[in-house]
Amino acid sequence: MTGGNPTSPAVDMSLFTAIIMLCALSLLVQYSAGGENPEYLTRQGARIGFALALMLLFARIPPATLLRWSPWFYGAGLVLLVAVLMAGIIGKGAQRWIDLGVVRFQPAEIMKLAVPMMVAWVLTRLPLPPRPLGIIGSVAVVLLPVALVVVQPDLGTAILIAIAGTSVVFLAGIGWKFIVAVLLLLGVSAPLMWSMLLYDYQRLRVLTLLDPWADPLGAGYHIVQSIIAVGAGGLGGKGWLAGTQSRLDFIPERSTDFIFATYAEEFGFLGALILLMLYLFIGLRGLAISYYAHDSYARLLAGGLAVTFFVCVFVNIGMAAGILPVVGVPLPLLSHGGSSIAILMIGLGILMSIRRQRSRL
Amino acid sequence: MIPSSDYLRDRQIVRGRIAIAVGGVLLLVAILIARLAYLQISQHQRFSTLAQNNRIDFVSMAPVRGLIYDRNGEILAENRRVYNVEILPDRVDDMNQLLGDLGQLIELSEEDVTRFKQLVRRQPSFDRQTLRTNLNEREAARIALHQHRHPGVELQARLQRHYPHGALTAHFLGYVGRINADDLKQIDPRAYRGLEYLGRTGIEAQYEETLRGRPGFERVETDAHGKVVRSLGKTLPSTGLTVHLSLDIEMQRAGMEALRGHRGAVVAIEPSTGDVLAFASEPGFDPNPFVNGISRGGYAHLLGSQDRPLLNRALYGRYAPGSTIKGFMLLTGLQHGIDPGERIFCPGWYSLPNRTHRYRDWKRGGHGWVDARTGIVQSCDVYFYRLARRLGIDHIHQGMSDLGFGRPTGVDLPGEPSGLMPSPQWKHQARGQAWFPGETVITGIGQGYMLVTPLQLAAVTAMLANRGRPVTPRFLVATENPQNRVRQAVAPANAKRAAIANRDFYAYVIDGMRGVVHDRRGTASRLRQGLRYEMAGKTGTAQVKSIPQNERYDESKLEKKHIDHSLFIGFAPLDQPKIAIAVVVENAGAGSRTAAPIARKLIDHYLLNRLGMFPGVDNLDTTVGR
Repeated sequence: MTGGNPTSPAVDMSLFTAIIMLCALSLLVQYSAGGENPEYLTRQGARIGFALALMLLFARIPPATLLRWSPWFYGAGLVLLVAVLMAGIIGKGAQRWIDLGVVRFQPAEIMKLAVPMMVAWVLTRLPLPPRPLGIIGSVAVVLLPVALVVVQPDLGTAILIAIAGTSVVFLAGIGWKFIVAVLLLLGVSAPLMWSMLLYDYQRLRVLTLLDPWADPLGAGYHIVQSIIAVGAGGLGGKGWLAGTQSRLDFIPERSTDFIFATYAEEFGFLGALILLMLYLFIGLRGLAISYYAHDSYARLLAGGLAVTFFVCVFVNIGMAAGILPVVGVPLPLLSHGGSSIAILMIGLGILMSIRRQRSRL
Repeated sequence: MIPSSDYLRDRQIVRGRIAIAVGGVLLLVAILIARLAYLQISQHQRFSTLAQNNRIDFVSMAPVRGLIYDRNGEILAENRRVYNVEILPDRVDDMNQLLGDLGQLIELSEEDVTRFKQLVRRQPSFDRQTLRTNLNEREAARIALHQHRHPGVELQARLQRHYPHGALTAHFLGYVGRINADDLKQIDPRAYRGLEYLGRTGIEAQYEETLRGRPGFERVETDAHGKVVRSLGKTLPSTGLTVHLSLDIEMQRAGMEALRGHRGAVVAIEPSTGDVLAFASEPGFDPNPFVNGISRGGYAHLLGSQDRPLLNRALYGRYAPGSTIKGFMLLTGLQHGIDPGERIFCPGWYSLPNRTHRYRDWKRGGHGWVDARTGIVQSCDVYFYRLARRLGIDHIHQGMSDLGFGRPTGVDLPGEPSGLMPSPQWKHQARGQAWFPGETVITGIGQGYMLVTPLQLAAVTAMLANRGRPVTPRFLVATENPQNRVRQAVAPANAKRAAIANRDFYAYVIDGMRGVVHDRRGTASRLRQGLRYEMAGKTGTAQVKSIPQNERYDESKLEKKHIDHSLFIGFAPLDQPKIAIAVVVENAGAGSRTAAPIARKLIDHYLLNRLGMFPGVDNLDTTVGR
């Protein structure tokens, strides 16, 4: 049983249903966070619609094609990242965007897909588990774009790219000895990275996490207000459009990075559970697709995308709930923002395409 | 195609790792659920409150302070609309530049600027601060005209306390002042929400709660920037009650004018009610600059003045009463069985048995044979030296204390002193010394340790006028709700029972004090001239500096500050007294010379002009043959 299974539908219905439910929640919470501005809502709707179209498009692209595209895709991403960086240097300011006139997008977002694709491409050249050569190649594939994104600076995206890449390496069966060694190395070099790699404001964010109430009006403000919003939501929430923390502007970045605080305030613990279950379903469904995928490349790519998707959820909600430092990581599908939603949907489309080519599910 | 062994092995590896990833994902979900349950269920109450506090704010609305009127409806304290310049530091880019610009438009003293900068430093930058108060019309107009060029500058119309009679009312009315940091530690912040002033002294302090009113507030929802989004409900402030005082501002004016050029006090009381008609203390001061904080220079000037204008002499001035207490000494004596008809010989001095020290009479040649009435009329010191000696200090202390000496009158003003009615116990405690017999002797004529306040003197005089019924002087006559005009009268707090039951004793003493004015040889007989009514009085001359045994009192040789204090007490008309008065003039010599005429002038003014009594009657004084 090679190639496609023509009888499989292009769309994984259960995945699609969960995605549509998330999109509906996204529109609800964005309407509230955006101050009930219908124009704002239509724009988000249009972005979601466009992203859904991209998803369906990628769902039709066979994994074999993706495998062939992987190096080109990755290469193009690198070029764009360098271009953005150059533009930033010339324009004397931080740059993340590329303006195509009609659409503006962040090349760093592309890397969330291109890096796992490229790592999977590298690792499947040789039999698994990866040998030192494959490992070195993968590390290079991951570190190059991460470095380019870190200097933008966009730590949140860089972390996600790194996670996307390393998750593939992990799934490829890299030896435990190696994993332990890397963790040890990270532990030892942590103080060095702390002082050399992080900006002051990033260090402060980490420190603030330890005791946000020490400076509730200064460094701790974001976290404190977000925690208050989440806690104030209670079991059943304050009700849609009735969250005072977000609607009175107490939550910073209430429609983007801290959209979860807005959501949790209005829909409460039960609403948050529903949301978490949707994310959990998508994550597990992705891992299941990976489990039953047709070949190693598809398996690694699907697994990497699913893990990245869920880590993204965890980092964002963990940040809003005050257990992780503040980093600019969007909440998948709920946060406002075109590039991130489009890339996510493409990732989900890729999962669907891999599902189509399943060996057995 | 049969799957190769490589393919199967690869699949095996990845599937193993995927199982681990599933475990990881479930673990992460568990962590998130646990955290959310903690925040949203176990800590919900706490965060709910915090969210509520975040958004709900109270905007207070200051009440309007109650007005103060005199007994005839003349306004004594009012609220005037004034224009203040206030600045919202948050909206100002360059404060120094702004202050410079504003200095071109309005007068800004260095003190204004320093005070303002201090406020800005200490308070949060979104709190508006007053830069200058009391702009005149022209300045207000200039600010209004240029306001658009200076963001953060606001022209505020506010109500500010004003005392139209100025120095006339400063001492008893007191004044309000800006609430300062020390006040904030003591006052209930809820009661003062939105208020900037509180009563500092006098009536303003005494009836602070009555006058203050209740602040209102508006519950508002605010956003994270403190901007009001909507109102959630309002409680309107209630204006402070109007306060009606017993004081007659025309009497007060007359009292102040009569004292002009002197240091002294006049207190006039309506005996039947205790109503304080006049409460003058000269010199006075203008209370209006104190409302917004008097300038340092102005305050130093008042403090440094030799005449001590800030001192409310009527309330706080403590003076030796001198001979004014002789009537009360006699009352005490009568109570202890002294026969008023018994005559003693006055040679002009008195000595204790077996002592050489001579206690002198004010009249060098002596008064000759003197009974109790003559002792009062002519103010014979020797009579009262002997009386005191006979009574003994313990009886004097007890009797005089019962009459009201040495204790506060209970007037409705803050911080009334008690004066001093000395006793051996007091001396032992206060000085650690034994009481000497000679001290009893001089207490008989109101010298020595004994101290009274002008208010006390007036109160005991009113008691005498009431034939023994004690008087509690009072300022507050009624309060009135300005909204519904409901007036609530305050009943006089006078005691019902006389301190000494025998009315004959009062009659005897009053007759003697009538003689002081109406007898030819009375010490205040000069008041008789043109007097249209009968009155009782008693002069007093309080020695400030003791005169050595071998010298005579010679005013011309003494420094001004060592000249005797001049005192007078009295009431009129004799039968149904309308006014009791006490006059103390510092360093003005004999009581008959300065204090008595002032008293006459005021009683005349009150009875003839204010009450319109005795019209056209030229001379009631039948004892005087012309």
